[in-house]
Amino acid sequence: MNLAQPTGGSTPVIETRDLRMRYGSTEVLRGVDLRVHRGEVVALLGPNGAGKTTTIEILEGFRRRSAGEVRVLGTDPDHGNEAWRARLGVVLQSWRDHGRWRVRELLDHLGRFYAPYRTAERPRPYPVDELVDLVGLRDRADAVVARLSGGQRRRLDVAVGLVGRPDLLFLDEPTVGFDPQARHEFHDVVHRLSELEDTAILLTTHDLDEAEKLSDRILILAGGTIAAEGTPAELATRVAGTAEVRYRRGGEQRTHAVTDATAYVRELFARHGDAITDLEVRRARLEDVYLALVREFESGQRTEAFHELKELAV
Amino acid sequence: MSAATVAVRTGLHRGRIEFRQGVTSGQDLWMTLYFPVFALVVMFFLRGRTVPGTDFSLGAQAVPGILGMNVVLVGLVAVAMVLTMDREDGTLLRAKATPNGVLGYVVGKVVSRAGMTVLGLLVPLLPSAFLFDGLRLGDAAAWLTLTWVLALGLVAVLPLGIVLGSLFESVQGLSVVTLAGMALMGVSGVFYPVTALPEWLQWIAQVFPIYWLGLGLRSALLPDALVMAEIGESWRHLETVGVLGAWAVLGLLLAPPVLRRMARRESGARMAARREKALRRPM
Repeated sequence: MNLAQPTGGSTPVIETRDLRMRYGSTEVLRGVDLRVHRGEVVALLGPNGAGKTTTIEILEGFRRRSAGEVRVLGTDPDHGNEAWRARLGVVLQSWRDHGRWRVRELLDHLGRFYAPYRTAERPRPYPVDELVDLVGLRDRADAVVARLSGGQRRRLDVAVGLVGRPDLLFLDEPTVGFDPQARHEFHDVVHRLSELEDTAILLTTHDLDEAEKLSDRILILAGGTIAAEGTPAELATRVAGTAEVRYRRGGEQRTHAVTDATAYVRELFARHGDAITDLEVRRARLEDVYLALVREFESGQRTEAFHELKELAV
Repeated sequence: MSAATVAVRTGLHRGRIEFRQGVTSGQDLWMTLYFPVFALVVMFFLRGRTVPGTDFSLGAQAVPGILGMNVVLVGLVAVAMVLTMDREDGTLLRAKATPNGVLGYVVGKVVSRAGMTVLGLLVPLLPSAFLFDGLRLGDAAAWLTLTWVLALGLVAVLPLGIVLGSLFESVQGLSVVTLAGMALMGVSGVFYPVTALPEWLQWIAQVFPIYWLGLGLRSALLPDALVMAEIGESWRHLETVGVLGAWAVLGLLLAPPVLRRMARRESGARMAARREKALRRPM
């Protein structure tokens, strides 16, 4: 896989090579290669059970990998010390902690741990007032955490993730269970974040739309590897160049993704003539390919869509 | 200032906040005071009966033992429960995601729970002063003894609470500990002089902190004449320091590695799995 280096050869904040994870006899990750650069917003997109959370927990240093090379901010997460930890922000899928604390009180408290790790370019912790503004919780700054709505709670989690002004922020499935309004507000927060100085964000999602909206680059995780990667526009263009040809031959339904549909169909008729029925040609959309991939992944088979994406990725 | 020093100070900050939350929460106060409330009411009705061989009220004689038992319930059992709940809701994982956060978390927990334990001892003393005659509450020497017994007791039970809270995955699992505590209470002379029990039961009682906390507090709060109801007719301060000290050393040795092991294994996925299990459990 050919990885572009948008920041001109600087060391990536995340780099994995042949990352593998096995639970018992099940291999969840079968060689994941990924890179995230400084200040970049990257979405790790994949269906449920694809290993997104496993990947992110390995990167956070919460889970030991089975094999492979991993560097996060230049350090192996299995051996990350507290100074390394101070440069990371972690937002898990579901925190319910500190329900009795007040928003401002909690941010102030957790921020104190980061003070010893401040540098000239990264004053730590992040001032609490700026932080509550950034995540849109100014009106709720004195509220008890347990009384926040789901969306507010998640924005508080992001604020906690940012309180140490991290070089790298992990967001695991940030909008699961949100109503459209909460989702929209959350996306606004992430957009504001991406304008922040030099904070790279790795977020996981199973929602293509969300990945397209939020990220500079999408990595599709399926079948235990990165099946495709690129900017949303790149992925869309690559897919737009292909089409899906469906037809029936000898009573059997067939589907093929091809780059030159016209030539393919001409060839098809030349070879099989009248045996071809129910012909249908459709321009592929990224969503179609992704959904097909998810369906196949969930039914336990990884076939055409997977290879199709693989080809696209090359 | 080193990062660890900052974490300890931040932990003290956390302890103060959690203690404040504890004293303003009905649920926490109830968890801290339910046992002495029930026990003192029962003892109030038994105040007419006397300790065998004396004319001292059996009810008053039981007050220190009840308070000692409560030190174990609040300082050990409740600490273990709080720790287990903090793992379930992600408080501990949050600490893990914060630099030196686990250190700060533990310092905060020790401070806030020690505060609640002291509260659980002192608050019931107030009504006791009115309900029972003969407690040496106006005596400075009594308060001095009470202070060192309580301090040593805290050092003995808090680390054990942390160890048990780290070992058990769920609050339900901890009910074993609560049951064991209740069984021990029965043989530890909390309600009735331990000398009334068969000798082998007395030996079992003398292995655990409940008996010694009770004995230490009785030596502080009861008139000296009551010493005749104790084993060897002595308050045995030296042995009290010895046994509680041994538990303290054991707890302090075990707590850091057990806690570290538990914290290392903690992850979001584990937390989610535990919660799912808890939700499926019929209530």
